[in-house]
Amino acid sequence: MDRANVLLMGFLSMVLVNNFVFTKFLGTCPYIGVSGRLDSAFGMGLAVTFVTALSGTLTWVVHFYILTPMGLEITRYICYIVIIAGAVQLVEMYVRRFFPSLYDVFGIFLPLISTNCVILGICLFIDIWGTDNILEVVVLSTGVGIGFTLAICIMAGIRESLQLADVPECLKGAPITLITAGLLAMAFMGFAGMIKA
Amino acid sequence: MANEGQAKTGVYRNALLAGLWKENPTFRVLIGMCPPLAVTTAVKPALTMGLSVIFVLVCSNIVVSMMRNLLKPHLRIIMFTLTIAAFVTICDLFLRAYTPAMSEILGAYVPLIIVNCIIIFRAEACASKSSVVVSMLDAIGMGGGFTIALCILAGIREVLASGRLAGIEVMPSGYVPCLAMQMPVGAFVTLGLLLGLANVLTRKKGA
Repeated sequence: MDRANVLLMGFLSMVLVNNFVFTKFLGTCPYIGVSGRLDSAFGMGLAVTFVTALSGTLTWVVHFYILTPMGLEITRYICYIVIIAGAVQLVEMYVRRFFPSLYDVFGIFLPLISTNCVILGICLFIDIWGTDNILEVVVLSTGVGIGFTLAICIMAGIRESLQLADVPECLKGAPITLITAGLLAMAFMGFAGMIKA
Repeated sequence: MANEGQAKTGVYRNALLAGLWKENPTFRVLIGMCPPLAVTTAVKPALTMGLSVIFVLVCSNIVVSMMRNLLKPHLRIIMFTLTIAAFVTICDLFLRAYTPAMSEILGAYVPLIIVNCIIIFRAEACASKSSVVVSMLDAIGMGGGFTIALCILAGIREVLASGRLAGIEVMPSGYVPCLAMQMPVGAFVTLGLLLGLANVLTRKKGA
């Protein structure tokens, strides 16, 4: 029961309290660039969730069972990058082969993902937190992906309505998106008291 | 001969100056937005971050430019990232050895330079097509523009959040610190307003 509780809390914390976009600023580029329409934002979010869960777990396994025992921590950034690029490639091939309709939705986002900061971010933060249990790693990295999806979908919804709003000329486009993101970050700060770290 | 020399100097100057304003990565092209938001709570970490990015950008641009004729198109992105990852590792170990406190503050954001779009973007847009000297100047210009942007943002946030600039009191003693500037909110809103300002300035210049 305790274990389940810890996992649930960890998951909620990654989705709401420590949302990577609003508290750690990771994944801000696609956040500003892509989140113009709700359906493409959702596709992007799903693809990211998939890859974070996969590569977060894989990098942890490699780090814990291969790099640390062999004293090769110095090469870990290079290893992480290779794993992430490999995972993205694998997902792309798999989806194209077995789910062609899904592939059309993910489309161009898949190759873009390998340079998404959220993914390298979760691999690094899992290291920093010193998680030593594979179940936790899976839950945390899935949570991060879902948190990203949530953030990007909220933003896309707001931006769809913003198109009708009367925004000052010089703030159109990226500036107003950033200011909106600031307000959203403030709203998400309200979750901060929910879970004690 | 003289003409050719002049043309060359012009190319070099353009490569160096483009990044500072016309193609400033943060204000004009809007790439590599994570560090400007994350490390700009104070000027010192922002400056360290900027210098790290300049180092990695210069080194990786030089290396990519040197191997540009050997690259296979479908393998180039992974080659870029591996080169960058190697230099980021060097940079990270250097920071950890000589400025452990700063390395603690920057935390995961130093390794995250690997996926900073600026560096891949410059490797793709400039270094994989130009000579070593042009790529190096371009990297210095782009890195410089990025560092200046970081420092402006960090300066504004630090002064408003604590009344200090790089650790020195600058505001009158009655100033009430505005804590929100230190939070994510402050980062997003300040950067948004600065981008708006940059838009206004460009439009004036253009008209």
